[in-house]
Amino acid sequence: MGAQLRVYRQKIRSAQTTKKITRAMELIAASRIQKAQQRVAATAPYTRAVTRAVSAVATFSNVDHVLTTEPEKVERAAVLILASDRGLAGAFNANVLKEADQLAELLREQGKDVVFYLVGRRAQGYFAFRRRAFEQVWTGDTDSPSFETAKEIADTVVDRFRQPASEGGVDEIHVVFNRFVNMISQVPEVVRLLPLEVVEGVEAPEQSELLPLYEFEPDAESVLDALLPVYIESRIFNTLLQSAASKHAATQRAMKSASDNADKLIRDYTRLANNARQAEITQQISEIVGGADALVSAK
Amino acid sequence: MAELNVSVVSADREVWAGTASSVVARTTEGEIGFLPGHEPVLAILGAGQVRITLPSGEKLVANAEDGFVSVEHDTVTVVARAASLV
Repeated sequence: MGAQLRVYRQKIRSAQTTKKITRAMELIAASRIQKAQQRVAATAPYTRAVTRAVSAVATFSNVDHVLTTEPEKVERAAVLILASDRGLAGAFNANVLKEADQLAELLREQGKDVVFYLVGRRAQGYFAFRRRAFEQVWTGDTDSPSFETAKEIADTVVDRFRQPASEGGVDEIHVVFNRFVNMISQVPEVVRLLPLEVVEGVEAPEQSELLPLYEFEPDAESVLDALLPVYIESRIFNTLLQSAASKHAATQRAMKSASDNADKLIRDYTRLANNARQAEITQQISEIVGGADALVSAK
Repeated sequence: MAELNVSVVSADREVWAGTASSVVARTTEGEIGFLPGHEPVLAILGAGQVRITLPSGEKLVANAEDGFVSVEHDTVTVVARAASLV
């Protein structure tokens, strides 16, 4: 076999094995999106109930609560970035990190200090490589985030929020994550968690429907005290789940195009290999004919 | 007789939903019972059980910790981080 032909065959084999891997990853991601979407849907009743309750307390009581009042001067803002643990998901991580960088830029222009909280090894790697400081990172739980992780993150940021700014507390908390729009579209998005903007709930209550005047037990302030951390938790949990679903969708798309590219490579190399084989045969025939001619004329 | 629409939801799913004739929950202040026609209430749940009496007279008991209960227009929502039926 000619050297050229052997090189082509090698390339075809390598593309074939790669394709097997990417195809498998595509299928795995596809099955995981389903599950992730179901989990997002399953948390909807909780999120809805909590959002409704929080808006009820916030609108129908005159309590001034730290978590709802706008601070006069914002010195420091926290940015929570939800990336993933693994790559191979197209622009998924790049998008969210770019969005976060833009947000940080904007906040700095407004004269605010920015501190980062990260989720996912990819975000950690990005920050570590650029030698940029971050406060805390959570990894290992981005594929199917558990509520415990959400609670841990929420506790950390709410604690930090409750600290006075002079002791290093933050006055604002933003979350950057990929919103799951549908299977082919995931959009990086910034949401301000604190101080609260309850308005953008999962489902806005209908205009005609007035929120009832609630009686609070024991009183409005303690209800708000107990509710707000729960609300933050449920929001963070929801964004984590959406980010996970987006990640799987992005992986599926990236792996699909990788498989398609492998197909194309295999086709191209097969043609080249056929060409090379044919050229080799032609050359051999002409050598034989030439040799026979030489023998005949030598007689 | 009017009935209550009750749903028990935990952080990751809806645990139970259905109609009931009465609901008794334990708040941080003490036990509170809801019958149809109760005024709107938002209460913080203390540790303990929520007892739901079905229209048929059967009783359901749910564990709900760390949450709250909201009542409005004969709709009772028990919301807890961790909730389960016993």
